[in-house]
Amino acid sequence: MSQSTLTIKDLHVSIDGKEILKGVNLEIKGGEFHAIMGPNGTGKSTLSSAIMGHPKYEVTQGSITLDGEDVLEMEVDERARAGLFLAMQYPSEITGVTNAEFLRSAVNARREEGDEISLMKFIRQMDKNMDLLEMDQDMAQRYLNEGFSGGEKKRNEILQLMTIEPKIAILDEIDSGLDIDALKVVSKGINKMRGEDFGCLMITHYQRLLNYITPDHVHVMMQGKIVKSGGAELAERLEAEGYDWIKQELGIEDETVQ
Amino acid sequence: MTETKWSVDESAIRDFSAANNEPEWLLNARLDAFNKAEDLPLPKPDKTKIDKWNFTEFGTHNVQSTPFESLAALPEEAKAVVGEESSVQNVYVQRNGTPSILNISSELKEAGVIFTDFATAAKEHGELLQKYFMTQAVKADEHKLTALHTALVNGGVFLYVPKNVEIKEPVQAVFIHDDKDAALFNHVIVVAEANSSVTYVENYISTVETEQGVANIITEVIAGDNAQVSYGAVDTLAENVTTYVNRRGITAPNARIEWSLGVMNDGNTVSENVTNLIGDGSFADTKMVVVGRGKQSMNFTTKVVHFGKHTEGYILKHGVMKDEAKSIFNGIGKIEHGASKSNAEQESRVLMLSEKARGDANPILLIDEDDVTAGHAASVGRVDPLQLYYLMSRGITQQEAERLVIHGFLAPVVNKLPIENVKQQLTGVIERKVRQ
Repeated sequence: MSQSTLTIKDLHVSIDGKEILKGVNLEIKGGEFHAIMGPNGTGKSTLSSAIMGHPKYEVTQGSITLDGEDVLEMEVDERARAGLFLAMQYPSEITGVTNAEFLRSAVNARREEGDEISLMKFIRQMDKNMDLLEMDQDMAQRYLNEGFSGGEKKRNEILQLMTIEPKIAILDEIDSGLDIDALKVVSKGINKMRGEDFGCLMITHYQRLLNYITPDHVHVMMQGKIVKSGGAELAERLEAEGYDWIKQELGIEDETVQ
Repeated sequence: MTETKWSVDESAIRDFSAANNEPEWLLNARLDAFNKAEDLPLPKPDKTKIDKWNFTEFGTHNVQSTPFESLAALPEEAKAVVGEESSVQNVYVQRNGTPSILNISSELKEAGVIFTDFATAAKEHGELLQKYFMTQAVKADEHKLTALHTALVNGGVFLYVPKNVEIKEPVQAVFIHDDKDAALFNHVIVVAEANSSVTYVENYISTVETEQGVANIITEVIAGDNAQVSYGAVDTLAENVTTYVNRRGITAPNARIEWSLGVMNDGNTVSENVTNLIGDGSFADTKMVVVGRGKQSMNFTTKVVHFGKHTEGYILKHGVMKDEAKSIFNGIGKIEHGASKSNAEQESRVLMLSEKARGDANPILLIDEDDVTAGHAASVGRVDPLQLYYLMSRGITQQEAERLVIHGFLAPVVNKLPIENVKQQLTGVIERKVRQ
């Protein structure tokens, strides 16, 4: 595997006819950790859903490419197999399908028929990752996300991330609803992924997560656009001073999407 | 109303009966039922109109097929359900109407167990058959289809377990439909005398496509005092076969009947499964899974009627409808006056995978006694697009994602099936039916 590049150019996205993203430009390379911050209602989660291909979001303008390939032409599953991953803010619950069965399907979806991962190898790998994420072993046999607590769901998203090993991952508010211990564990899992082959986009409105996962680039989103970018120090200033100084600097009165 | 067209007449019935050396009572039962069939109405399954369905026109009810020489000579679909090992002790295989293979262990024979095809049962165990055939669980004159069945029965199996005999291994019957002209009027009787226990598993398998096929199937289970019958069935009849299948049981005191039913036919199907809990302290449990696809229409009535005190009845059905398939799930728990301390529970769930699929679940509780408990749950819904999105976002194809969702929807029933063989078979059948 080599370094990948996810390129987003002038992205406009609508939901139910209302435009939420109004021209987003962003480039994420393997080895880089990006954070997108911003208050609620500014379009952060819309960006992550649009990249993954959520059925309700419509891209009206612009482009998304992964290593030059047109992501917008791909079905959701093709995007995933091309190397994209989205840790969702609200993962679905699926009755009757065990976590292990689901994970194995996801792994095998990337392998040729006849070359499926051996059960033993899969279980060893899963056990190792679950240990690192301090998950109970019985969670492998529980139905996918069904009855999971908020924290368990987030850990489970990271378990999938570690199992699938995508090229570029988007983590949509992976820190929300986590207590400090759980946040440390989840961060440990994400940091384990660091490497030249892995790029990451974290979406959050708290600086807290970034105490554990240091970003290389920080972007602020307002009114459906990235309005400011910087390094890790930008996140620290936001933590200390809030968003008002940016709004003043840019002459923005209401940061939400209109 | 259009006049019913019949594919047989009285002389054909006489010829058939004579050719099989049937006892006179059976011929008389046939002729009597045939005379009534014309005037009797069709059954009226709630919310499905069946008056245009073809139950009466078919190639012939008298097909002579060449018997299979051995289990190894069976078609693949049948091999898959019986297994080829010589360990298959107690199995009956029927090809269209023709008895083909019958294995029964010497152990069971010595214990007095009777396991034989319907025609042999009529010849060799006539008195016993007469006692149970269309007399206790089902009656010939209930409606046109029960009458027609009685008149034309051309296959099936008779299983008789004497008192105190406990059969450990499942007894199996495989009914293979591989002649496009053959109509199936199959009759199965399972009698479990006092304190006996038995597990019976049957398969209906079509390996041929037909233009107009008819299957009219009746099962009667008679469970004696404290007897236990576990009855499994996996039906996979072909697209143009119109099926009426009635599986009914009655219980003596403290008897238990468990049904594990997988109705996976590809054609229009009326399925009726009734347990009459006559004896005090008796018990019925029905678990059923269904997958509908193509344009088929199906109606499932599952009913437990409580007559005895302290009786318990449980119904659990899950169905998945694909394409343009339609299905009605009627669940009825009926507690008669005097059946105090009884409990009737039921759950029906239908999942629709496409815009054009239709499903309906009607839970009904009819209670004529105060001192009872009862409950029901029902749901009908479409597959959640966000579930598919979530699965696909991990690289799983849409087809595989749907397969997982269907499998997951049926798993809570399949995993609880008491018969391991049926559980395994169904997992395979569901896979096949879902994939195509």
